[in-house]
Amino acid sequence: MSLDPATVRRIAKLARIGVAEGDVARLQGELNGILGWIEQLSEVNVDGVEPLTGGAQIALRLRADAVTDGHIADAVLSNAPDRVGDFYTVPKVVE
Amino acid sequence: MTYTLQGSTGTWEIVCGLEVHAQVISRSKLFSGAATDFGSEPNSQVSLVDAAFPGMLPVLNEECVAQAVRTGLGLNAQINLNSRFDRKNYFYADLPSGYQISQFEQPIVGRGEVEVELPDGSARRIGITRLHLEQDAGKSLHDQDPSRSFIDLNRCGVALMEIVSEPDIRSPEEAGAYLRKLRTVLRYLGTCDGNMDEGSMRADVNVSVRHAGEPFRTRCEVKNVNSIRFVMLAIEAEARRQVEIWEAGQEVHQETRLFDPARNETRSMRSKEDAHDYRYFPDPDLLPLVLEQGWVARLKASLPELPDAKRARFVRDYGLTPYDAAVLVAEQSIAAFFETVASGRNARLAANWITGDFFAALNRTGRTIETSPVTAETLGALLDLMADGTINGRIAKEVFEAMVDTGAAPADIVQQRGLRQVTDTGAIDDAVNAVLAANPDKLAEYRSGKDKLFGFFVGQVMKAMAGRGNPALVNEALRARLSV
Amino acid sequence: MTLTGLSIAEARAGLDARDFSAVELVQAHVDAAAALNPRLNAFITLTPELALAQAAGADAALGDGSAGPLAGIPLGIKDLFCTKGVRTTAGSRILDDFVPPYESTVTANLLRDGAVFLGKTNLDEFAMGSSNMTSAFGPVENPWKRAGDPGAVLVPGGSSGGSAAAVAARIAMGATGTDTGGSIRQPAALCGLAGIKPTYGRCSRWGVVAFASSLDHPGAFARTVQDSAMLLQSMAGFDPRDSTSVDRPVPDYAAACRRGVRGLRIGVPREYRADGMPEEVDRLWRQGLDWLRAAGATIVDVSLPHTRYGLATYYIVAPAEASSNLARYDGVRFGHREPGHDLTELYEHTRAAGFGEEVKRRILIGTYVLSAGYYDAYYLRAQKVRTLILHDFDQVFAEVDALLTPTTPNAAFAQGEKMDDPVAMYLNDVFTVPANMAGVPAMSVPAGLDGQGLPLGLQVIGRSWDEETVFAVAQVIEDAAGFSVLPALRAGVVR
Ligand SMILES: [Mg+2]
Ligand SMILES: [Zn+2]
Repeated sequence: MSLDPATVRRIAKLARIGVAEGDVARLQGELNGILGWIEQLSEVNVDGVEPLTGGAQIALRLRADAVTDGHIADAVLSNAPDRVGDFYTVPKVVE
Repeated sequence: MTYTLQGSTGTWEIVCGLEVHAQVISRSKLFSGAATDFGSEPNSQVSLVDAAFPGMLPVLNEECVAQAVRTGLGLNAQINLNSRFDRKNYFYADLPSGYQISQFEQPIVGRGEVEVELPDGSARRIGITRLHLEQDAGKSLHDQDPSRSFIDLNRCGVALMEIVSEPDIRSPEEAGAYLRKLRTVLRYLGTCDGNMDEGSMRADVNVSVRHAGEPFRTRCEVKNVNSIRFVMLAIEAEARRQVEIWEAGQEVHQETRLFDPARNETRSMRSKEDAHDYRYFPDPDLLPLVLEQGWVARLKASLPELPDAKRARFVRDYGLTPYDAAVLVAEQSIAAFFETVASGRNARLAANWITGDFFAALNRTGRTIETSPVTAETLGALLDLMADGTINGRIAKEVFEAMVDTGAAPADIVQQRGLRQVTDTGAIDDAVNAVLAANPDKLAEYRSGKDKLFGFFVGQVMKAMAGRGNPALVNEALRARLSV
Repeated sequence: MTLTGLSIAEARAGLDARDFSAVELVQAHVDAAAALNPRLNAFITLTPELALAQAAGADAALGDGSAGPLAGIPLGIKDLFCTKGVRTTAGSRILDDFVPPYESTVTANLLRDGAVFLGKTNLDEFAMGSSNMTSAFGPVENPWKRAGDPGAVLVPGGSSGGSAAAVAARIAMGATGTDTGGSIRQPAALCGLAGIKPTYGRCSRWGVVAFASSLDHPGAFARTVQDSAMLLQSMAGFDPRDSTSVDRPVPDYAAACRRGVRGLRIGVPREYRADGMPEEVDRLWRQGLDWLRAAGATIVDVSLPHTRYGLATYYIVAPAEASSNLARYDGVRFGHREPGHDLTELYEHTRAAGFGEEVKRRILIGTYVLSAGYYDAYYLRAQKVRTLILHDFDQVFAEVDALLTPTTPNAAFAQGEKMDDPVAMYLNDVFTVPANMAGVPAMSVPAGLDGQGLPLGLQVIGRSWDEETVFAVAQVIEDAAGFSVLPALRAGVVR
């Protein structure tokens, strides 16, 4: 499988990374180099093998339902690039 | 009951499935220790986990898992002892991490079903495809500033149960009945307050149409409909739109739409320009969720009696009609009210009073069962006064209205207003004689064979006695006097 | 006596004996940083005032007998660990002004035990790299020099390159690192240090900027095996805030270093004999095996047939997780923001300007391998291969107690080398990646020099939760190697 320019633009869009039109060809080359190399995995026989999803081989631990956090709006907003009162802001979203 | 749409090319049937997002009742969020209360100061119920600060990690809330399992059990569904959390990746202003933690491939609850009762007395089984746990998003405020939207993450991370039905629904009424039943079950279980106004229950509606017997056609999803009435209207509007498209020889395209209640129509969502590709994958910050059978069994043992079981018991033990029973079990508080009134009394009479005069009074006065001046105890006392002959049924209505107005005990009202039933035969005979004497013409008609006038005489006698005459004794005295 | 030349164990002994104070010890390292960091660029942020205040606190604790095991020990903290009130950048422009209002669990554990933080060390951006060349804050110079070529500027390895350079240059006595595919062991090898990546779940990831969650392992650098054991002892432990943290007691690692290897079975995975492995690397490996044999271990040939796919698997799993983990850098709640007319533009401008080229490449690869139609072919297949790799380790560890391999296929290379082809750079991690795939503990220990006088490391891989055996084996190699050569650039020596 190899990426065409349209796919490069599509995944850049999905990833919300602005890519200048002049960079598409370079990225296409680099990404195809990497994809071509990882293509070697297709030679491994994985029939009947369960996927390993996580790093730890244990079951999930649960926490008790208690309010132990929150009421830290100052900390939550302390790094905000733009805020109004205790709100974050973004350019106006029209639905 | 078959619901169809009539088109120029024939009869169309609706195929509908619902995805309901129900907010889980829990103190803290699904993966963080921040509170879930409604209506707090902006960004006050937000932890650094909810705001997706670098290095913050999710830890699953046990109670949210228990609530999902309780709900699954209440929907007669398969509980999956092994489930998993996946990330659903997309960018949005109120989704800080850029992904929603949800369950995609292995939900915590599998297949189940709900039985819904329709107003015509028939019942339908609606299949449940699955129930999974996921996080709610935050809230964007668009009307506070000319150029910016404001973001409040208080709701972000609150646990939701997404309950997906099979495409088993065939009419707006069935959709309404399904949602009401689902809400009843969730409230019984205490897993969701079912409050659609506050957004704690929201529905996505999948609609397609077809000619009877056909395979399914393309469906559209109407997102985020926030009342049962709007769900019913949206289904109808969307089905009508699709019928028009098909009948014009065009194709319905699968898409996400919104319902506009003001215009009673659905419209395409603008934001579909980039086709969604959610790139689901298992969340590597979490591990497989493994439940113990014994834990599930203990939850099951602790469930309250659910509406279907309660309704069956009301029919069996109290001799109610299935419809009355269904009405009474719709809310736990009503069912409990009924059982208090019915205990040791005529249960059918109790049911009639509750579904009749009592509900009418609540409606009229805008009160709820919790704030009603008439309590189960005082209503029961009223029934007792009828049973022991202190008052008759007609006076009972009067006493009831006084109870609604004053909240007083029925015995006190009867006492104060002198409403005690008259069983003194001398007084009854006097009233009978006076009525007959005052209506010689009617008496003559009766004597010449117009039997129906008997009722007229009863009414006149009761009126003369201010409604307080014992109806049996009045009948008896009249009959004796007229047969002479 | 030069204070910057001491090991942590020696420094602790000196502090306890009142040979010098913590303030004196820390001041010597603060001075070394001031002298060397402008050239090495090992630290992105130095916090000398904070360090000296912490040192004063350590002296007080030493005085009243409440001193923790690391009291007064000056450390470098990889700038991927969030530190409360101290800027944390992850080596990225997108976090250039981020000040966390919280302390990572691992660094909080170190502070609890009295450690002193000199500052935040440089790294490849978001820990993505093997050379420290991808940092938005500039490359790090390896304090080691090729014999006869003092002009060549070598890389320290990566991604924890700043930590490795700081410890090698005697600016810090030890440092934290994170290892996702080799990011502790590879720079440790290239800088002549001991570097340990413990079992997955041993050190909490809470407060560590995520790269690839299922592969990220916090760990430690030091100049001796014993010192790295002391650091890990403090860093490790159960953390209820990390769902992948495992509730197991932390053994006495320092004691484990003295266990020896008598009676142990050491495996030699034949698949690690990669084609084209330099003769000197192979020779050092055989030397290491001889040392272990001489110390009483039995050497066993073993096979890990799927390890050769480890690196390709890594370059699917890690970018996939990273593409999702890095979605939170959107210019809304923290970090860099570039204006945009609408929300999508804000995102696209912010992320285009905020991320460097390697990070963008990996996000795009990760987005692609998870996208509709490609998930099964790439991501799901990679997860299955990962299972096979884990099975390989399980089978081998039924036979042997530890494995010995080279850490890297080569010694430090020069800045600019291997930069054109991402894949050539990725091959640096070919020996280290399999242990991340399986989550098993592994460490690099300096074992000798290559023909140009640059350090080479050997890697010890152990069973899950058995860091003790890893330390024991590494200690035997350290003792046998007698590695005593010093880097050209170091405290007190600036050329
Ligand atoms: Mg949905
Ligand atoms: Zn959902």
